[in-house]
Amino acid sequence: MWAFLGSDCMFFGSLIATYLVYKNRSLSGPLPVDVFSIPTTSVSTFVLLMSSMSMVLAYAALRRNRMKTFRIWLASTALMGMTFLAFQVFEFHAFANHEVVVDCTAPIGELTALEQSVAADCEPGQHEIEKQVGLTPRTNLFGSTFFTLTGFHGAHVTLGVVWLLSMFFLSFKKGAVTPEKELNLDLAALYWHFVDIVWIIIFTVVYLFGVFPGF
Amino acid sequence: MTQESQVIQHESAHPTPGTYFKVAMALSAITAIEVAVFYLEFVRHAIIPILVLLSGAKFILVCMYYMHLKFDDRIFSTMFVAGLVTASGVVMALMALFRFFA
Repeated sequence: MWAFLGSDCMFFGSLIATYLVYKNRSLSGPLPVDVFSIPTTSVSTFVLLMSSMSMVLAYAALRRNRMKTFRIWLASTALMGMTFLAFQVFEFHAFANHEVVVDCTAPIGELTALEQSVAADCEPGQHEIEKQVGLTPRTNLFGSTFFTLTGFHGAHVTLGVVWLLSMFFLSFKKGAVTPEKELNLDLAALYWHFVDIVWIIIFTVVYLFGVFPGF
Repeated sequence: MTQESQVIQHESAHPTPGTYFKVAMALSAITAIEVAVFYLEFVRHAIIPILVLLSGAKFILVCMYYMHLKFDDRIFSTMFVAGLVTASGVVMALMALFRFFA
């Protein structure tokens, strides 16, 4: 498992590097500053961090042979994983349907690059303009690298959720999940925590740095 | 060391649920600080090193306590750190190759 996690580090390292290399090379918007919502992503980050806590509590409960507590914590972990995925789906949908509303009378210097391009379509005498400028993997380099990176992370989370739910349902079969076979749960837990630490990096490098001007 | 004593060492090595809870609180607090720092105007000039330090602290906490590397045999840490160092090298090499730092 540790060898696999080490190799997965290189996989995500390459994706993060690709994202960073192409970050400021998009020819048109939307850019991170146009679409990212830090409060929303902070909540989903918090949910994933808490899922790591419930995972270790499930593991601790199994080692103490408290099967009911173990199932509660394991189901909570899977549920929080699914909540994180729901946040990701919501975010992807919001990005793909991103709408920009621009005050046509606003000074051009106060507008972002994307808003300036939308404001260029303002008719004389028009006060406000609204335009859908969605972000998809085909929109620009930022879209391609962002969706590839976060999409692969989401796929890892999905696999983790399937793994945890499998263990949850297996635990009802006599002798399938026991304290003596704790290693099976330990491996699932290691994978889950790895997914968590990858998100810690993505949240900082992609989201927080992404919105920060000058990076 | 016999297999039995290795198992015993493994059994006693894991942190208690109380420790897990404390680590979770620390992780939550660090995330809250990260978001707060992001909105603070007066730390704008030092925001990147601060965020790198804070996320590094979260990374290490999860690895050491939740992934129990702190309590396991060093071979596991070596395998993971080897991958991590190679990944960091790949990131830096790619960034240098594409003149990210220029």
